Amino acid sequence: MNTAPTTGTTAEPETVHARAATPNRTLSGLDTLESEAIHVFREVAGEFDRPVVLFSGGKDSTVLVHLARKAFWPAPVPFALLHVDTGHNFPEVIEFRDRLVAEHGLRLEVAHVQDWIDDGRLTERPDGTRNPLQTVPLLDSIAEQRFDAVFGGGRRDEERARAKERIFSLRNAFGQWEPRRQRPELWNLYNGRHRPGEHVRVFPLSNWTELDVWNYIEREGIELPSIYYAHRREVHLRDGMLLAAGPWGGPRADEEVVERLIRYRTVGDGSCTGAVESSASTVAEVIAEVAASRLTERGATRADDRMSEAAMEDRKREGYF
Amino acid sequence: MSAGEQIDSLRLATAGSVDDGKSTLVGRLLHDTKSVLADQLEAVHRVSTARGLAEPDLSLLVDGLRAEREQGITIDVAYRYFATPRRSFVLADTPGHVQYTRNTVTGASTAQLAILLVDARRGVVEQTRRHAAVVALLGVPRLVLAVNKIDLIDYDEAAFRTISAEFAAHAAALGYASDAVVSIPVSALVGDNVVTASTRTPWYAGPTLLDHLETVPVAPDPHDVPFRFAVQYVIRPRTAEHPDYRGYAGQVAAGVIRPGDEVSVQPAGLRSRVTRIDTSDGPLDEAVAGRSVTLLLADELDIGRGDLISDVAEAPQAVTEIDTTVCWLAEKPLRPGARVLVKHGARTTQAVVSELVVRFDEQRLVSVAAPEELRLNEIGRVSLRTADPLPVDDYAISRRTGALLIIDPAEGNTLAAGLVGVPLRALQETADAAEPAVPGLRDEPVTGAEHADRATASR
Repeated sequence: MNTAPTTGTTAEPETVHARAATPNRTLSGLDTLESEAIHVFREVAGEFDRPVVLFSGGKDSTVLVHLARKAFWPAPVPFALLHVDTGHNFPEVIEFRDRLVAEHGLRLEVAHVQDWIDDGRLTERPDGTRNPLQTVPLLDSIAEQRFDAVFGGGRRDEERARAKERIFSLRNAFGQWEPRRQRPELWNLYNGRHRPGEHVRVFPLSNWTELDVWNYIEREGIELPSIYYAHRREVHLRDGMLLAAGPWGGPRADEEVVERLIRYRTVGDGSCTGAVESSASTVAEVIAEVAASRLTERGATRADDRMSEAAMEDRKREGYF
Repeated sequence: MSAGEQIDSLRLATAGSVDDGKSTLVGRLLHDTKSVLADQLEAVHRVSTARGLAEPDLSLLVDGLRAEREQGITIDVAYRYFATPRRSFVLADTPGHVQYTRNTVTGASTAQLAILLVDARRGVVEQTRRHAAVVALLGVPRLVLAVNKIDLIDYDEAAFRTISAEFAAHAAALGYASDAVVSIPVSALVGDNVVTASTRTPWYAGPTLLDHLETVPVAPDPHDVPFRFAVQYVIRPRTAEHPDYRGYAGQVAAGVIRPGDEVSVQPAGLRSRVTRIDTSDGPLDEAVAGRSVTLLLADELDIGRGDLISDVAEAPQAVTEIDTTVCWLAEKPLRPGARVLVKHGARTTQAVVSELVVRFDEQRLVSVAAPEELRLNEIGRVSLRTADPLPVDDYAISRRTGALLIIDPAEGNTLAAGLVGVPLRALQETADAAEPAVPGLRDEPVTGAEHADRATASR
């Protein structure tokens, strides 16, 4: 992994001073993305007082934590992790989350959506989904703990509104994102200045695609929760999605329960995270499946993003990721 | 190693005037490279049908914000991703309105290639020349002119040749070698020569747009320029395992470094030797531009964030007077005496804009001496006086260590892109023969439709 990959391109002098460079010195696409993300982590560590990494146990935030560990090695990661737990997570994911934190000596803070429901700051939605309820506990935690930089695993290829997102994304005192107020982001010089009460969301994986993430998981041998790989599970069909029963509810009387060989492409609130039928049980098989897939990962599996054409844009404005 | 790890990547930017069909072209690239998936396509078909359109409107794939969809415009830089078995692409899609030059600057700052669009019926217009000049100024190594809507002029070869020749002349004036500029006749709407070669342009023997993007050499970060490395962070674990470890973390900005190399540290002018190049995967024999690493030095030195480790023989001089070309990106105009913050590498320092030397008219490639102010989207040459000395390079030599951010100390907004020196020779030559400014006269009105940085007008 430490040899510079050869790409077979003929290097072009970029400047009047450059002689022909050695071809094998061009970083591969994956190396470029890794170096860019590590650069972002170090920039935040150098410029902010209280950064925090949002960590859900999903594949993107697991890659994020892997990169953070690389950025500061051999020193420990100099900031905590934060999980806004809907209480509707798959047990395999929570087990994985806790094990990863313990293995690498990380600090994890959990904000339980249930606590906000219990004391009346939030109200359960009629449809039972809790993904949209994460915004308030997240903003409350940021305010209470005075986090000034919040790392997220968001990628610009995920959804059209995210295509406009900056790597350093300024949020006002209400956590809101204003597309027209985003700062121009030039070269690799990031502007993290903010006023008291404001914070910056930071997205080191901005330029990664779903396939990049999986290729990186394979290259680095990164472990993920088991539900990302094929397993047999009882599911019921609702709104064209395969849902699993859990604390968030089960099949309605008119919904048939069937056992299928499935895996999850995203890991979110169990009430609205659908499975895909798949026999991909290794990273390589998942990569082959993703490369051939005819559905984007969210469109296939996340009911909450299908709510309306502008759903994601509206939720980002409210302070959601 | 999987195939996905082997391929290289190309970062590109698009620029074009409003209504040249840029969103449709980008949508076409995504659609025809199978980067658009079934659910996205289904949404496009659904909305197109609801609007009573006969053909699916591919621009819907890329116009992401509700305001844009409602007004049919693009209001900000959007990043798109597509890949072929040969290469992966990161595309900065920049809006073409006059008042959004800032977005062209943003997209061009990281691009290795720029696609400029023109409408075949209109040819090279003022905006094309402006965009090309901005892209040249930002040091984008390669240009592609996509002559779009070729179907609307009946695939007329003569018209294409005229446009292509006119653009080539302009690109040459901006300093581009002829092999760095390619013109391609395309129809984004119908698909001619975007991904699939057209049968309706038998007179055109060149590559399709995608062929060209897949095969054009990727300009690497310069390796044969002197080594530059901004220290972002000092790694000191102070653990039982690593009690005395002291590593300087950063990203190689230019050149190459190997263990044993003598280095100097700016601005203090200290000297040392690299003993190890560390990564979490083990030490490296060499690190090239673009790679994030940790350097260990032979001597115990007082080095911190913001310092620059560099080649000994060709160390940059740390200076407090910096001749800078700025692209002004804020609504609040720049006037002489303005107090700002300047970020270079990992160091941010206070500065004063001591003088506005000239304002460039990048469209006509002439300049106006001693303007009263620089307004939104204008480009000019200024003198910066910084509180801390900065070890800058000429932008023409190094895009990374010649770049500056200019920041509003009160608001925190990014006010300008700064490029050390005058990277565009064509502008440099006219600057020496600049006409004095006539107060209040501008070649074009600057619209106030810029919503991005609501800077306070006065203090």
